[in-house]
Amino acid sequence: MSAAPVALPRWADNALVPLVSAAAALLVAGLVVVGIGENPLEATALLLRGALGSAEGIGFTLYYATNFIFTGLAVAVAFHAGLFNIGGEGQATIAGIGAALACAALSAMPGFLSAAGFLAAPVAILAAAAGGAAYAFIPGWLQAKRGSHVVITTIMLNFVAAALAVYLLREIIGRTGSMQPETPDFPAQVLLTPMHRLLAPLGVRLPATPLNTAFLLALLALVAVWLLIWRTRLGYAIRTVGANPRAAAYAGISPAAVTMIAMAISGALAGGLAVNEALGVQHRLVLDFTAGYGFVGIAVALMGRGHPVGVGLAALLFGVLYQGGAELSFDKPTITRDMVVVIGGVLILFAGALDGLFRKLVAGVLGRGGMG
Amino acid sequence: MSTAPSPPAIALAGISKRFGAVAANRDVTLAVAAGSIHGIVGENGAGKSTLMSILYGFYEADAGEIRIKGQPRRIRSPADAIANGIGMVHQHFMLVETLSVAETVMLGAEGGALLKGGLAKARAELTRLSREYGLAIDPDALVGDLSVGLQQRVEILKALYRGAEILILDEPTAVLTPAEADQLFALLRALKAQGRTVILITHKLREIMAVTDTVSVMRRGEMVGHFVTATTSPPALAEAMVGRHVLLRVEKPPRERGAPVLEAVGLSCRDARGSETLREVSLTLHAGEIVGIAGVAGNGQSELLEVLAGLLQPTRGVIRLDGKILATADRHPARLRARGLMHIPEDRQRSGLVTAFSAAENAILGYQRDPAFGTGPLMSPQRIAAHARAAFAAYDVRPPDPALSTAAFSGGNQQKIVLAREIERHPRVLLVGQPTRGVDIGAIEFIHRRLLALRDAGVAILLVSVELEEVMALSDRILAMCGGRITGERRADAADERDLGLLMAGVAEEAA
Repeated sequence: MSAAPVALPRWADNALVPLVSAAAALLVAGLVVVGIGENPLEATALLLRGALGSAEGIGFTLYYATNFIFTGLAVAVAFHAGLFNIGGEGQATIAGIGAALACAALSAMPGFLSAAGFLAAPVAILAAAAGGAAYAFIPGWLQAKRGSHVVITTIMLNFVAAALAVYLLREIIGRTGSMQPETPDFPAQVLLTPMHRLLAPLGVRLPATPLNTAFLLALLALVAVWLLIWRTRLGYAIRTVGANPRAAAYAGISPAAVTMIAMAISGALAGGLAVNEALGVQHRLVLDFTAGYGFVGIAVALMGRGHPVGVGLAALLFGVLYQGGAELSFDKPTITRDMVVVIGGVLILFAGALDGLFRKLVAGVLGRGGMG
Repeated sequence: MSTAPSPPAIALAGISKRFGAVAANRDVTLAVAAGSIHGIVGENGAGKSTLMSILYGFYEADAGEIRIKGQPRRIRSPADAIANGIGMVHQHFMLVETLSVAETVMLGAEGGALLKGGLAKARAELTRLSREYGLAIDPDALVGDLSVGLQQRVEILKALYRGAEILILDEPTAVLTPAEADQLFALLRALKAQGRTVILITHKLREIMAVTDTVSVMRRGEMVGHFVTATTSPPALAEAMVGRHVLLRVEKPPRERGAPVLEAVGLSCRDARGSETLREVSLTLHAGEIVGIAGVAGNGQSELLEVLAGLLQPTRGVIRLDGKILATADRHPARLRARGLMHIPEDRQRSGLVTAFSAAENAILGYQRDPAFGTGPLMSPQRIAAHARAAFAAYDVRPPDPALSTAAFSGGNQQKIVLAREIERHPRVLLVGQPTRGVDIGAIEFIHRRLLALRDAGVAILLVSVELEEVMALSDRILAMCGGRITGERRADAADERDLGLLMAGVAEEAA
């Protein structure tokens, strides 16, 4: 009884605490802005207008959010199995290589592309998912069979993936005669349609943005993860292993098997980052396309409480921050990109690391309200 | 010498303490006379531990007054409590196994940057205290090498070394053999004879009757009565604890046992460090009988249960179910369940339940693949909830709310969830570990009745419990375990506590 965790009603736990965290983060970020002699209210307005004030801004915001949904879900699924997958970057990198290999294979089959071109994109997407899944399976296997902690192995495998990508892009699958470590352009059939082109036939005129059908895939992934975790027997097994491995063994669930499966699913979701970036935007594989999205996914998952609804909202918030931040640093040269990174960092700090701080505070306020 | 009575060693008045919406203590009043042994009994969650934590400074009361020897005192930390002459022996020892007894006792009272002086003082003081109370304790022995009973004495010495006039013991006999418990009581009487005051928290009424002078009963955070031990009785105390009349011992009609169902031959097991936890254990379980395992916690009973339930692989030995040897692949919890061998684990919160899950989800733990709970890979929340509602109604789980988080249920109701889950599947063999640990008296009666009804219906039951009374009340046969070995077998109707206590202590090895 002495060390009982702070008990909160569900709505407070799932909505109020993250909101208070975000508000506190914005307050601290505002103080930083004041510190460099700018008006925080004006900065906030610029940021919001940049992210949500125009169709173009919204397009960019949702494009960023797509990346965060995939990497956030990847962390969330592993988290439900009690695993902390820090390897989103590496898994997305290998997913990109998987997609690139599939594209190279498809390019070599012009007959297939012209006959069944509609299958090309799904094949490339599945190749990306398989690449991510396979690369996350390795730390899952090491954890399950050898007891090597996933936090250590996933973070180390990020470096291995980055090195492997350099080697492959330079030596094996890179564009011949190019100084850039990148692949040749993917065949047109595998590319995902940009939203502005998808909606144009319906009479909806949107400015050109990187937002593409990967966003719809991300929304689908949100629903699929919710179904998996809360409505399937596998999800039940994953949650049992995550919450109490001893009870899982008692229930005849193998924690080792679940660890490997959950990591593979997590890696496949991280592969969504490669789908959005390589198949949706850049149309080729470039070096370092993961650009830290994998790491931000950790904050997204923490802030979203591992729940797909929360992950979706947190991904949107980070999308706003990325897009609005870019606009802000454009309008206010004193607020550099680095400043925006600081604001994001503060948000991560408050949402992830200092979560307990606000839980207690919220519980105290609610408790007093309840008694009075 | 003076006519005015001396003030009580401890007087609590109007103590209240809330945790959120829960009132753990409500207007509690308690007076403990100096130089007496005072018992505090109550069901789990009655507020005993909270009250003692307030007295020892772990919590501060929201309201109320503490007087030590008549003087009002504020106790805001254990350091304040120690300064006021209060010492506490926790249920789970707070010892450092790699230190010597003298070093452990000195811990936190080293008296300077260098250890030498403090150590010499501790050693001298320990020798004096040991002689005074007849405790055979070597100040230079390593704590980890001592038996549990001796470790408890070190805890008591630790408190005495810090000048405790008032000693609080929280469930001190949970880990002791009956003989060790008797030695502890002798020590408590010696402390009393020295004029020290002892507060004993327990849920075992037998101990209250054996050693205390006065006793207070708590229920739902309130003090419901103060009794003089000599003028009360266990049934009266039990009734005060629960608030209604309870049967302390359910009736057990004799029953002919059936054919052997589960047999174990020569089971041995090692833990991760390579020490032997089970040694050549053989036993046979017949249909329609309860076989009880009597033993002090940590003598191989847990491993025996886990091996039989398929959670632990033995290093040697065979297990037969219905006369057929179980292959390694068959000794898997899911396969054993499918063959009618169910298991109620010893520690429901660590193994038997996922406390973070809803009650309905826990009511299917182990049966999550049952087609009744969904279609294909999908699960049906409606069917799972309906199943839980039916089970909770049949087993009187309160509150009967399948959506409620399992952590929010009391210990007794959590145990009923586990019990309902395993029993409703019509087991042929039931392995039961500590069925009533942390369960209130009212629920104990319910659980005992269910187990006996199963036995009467022909189920073979293996019962492991550290409560000797429980083993004796329910079993048809009793096996005593010590050091991973079965040290003897008695028919329950011919067993007596002293005799079993000797077997549990492994008397053949250790002439104590």
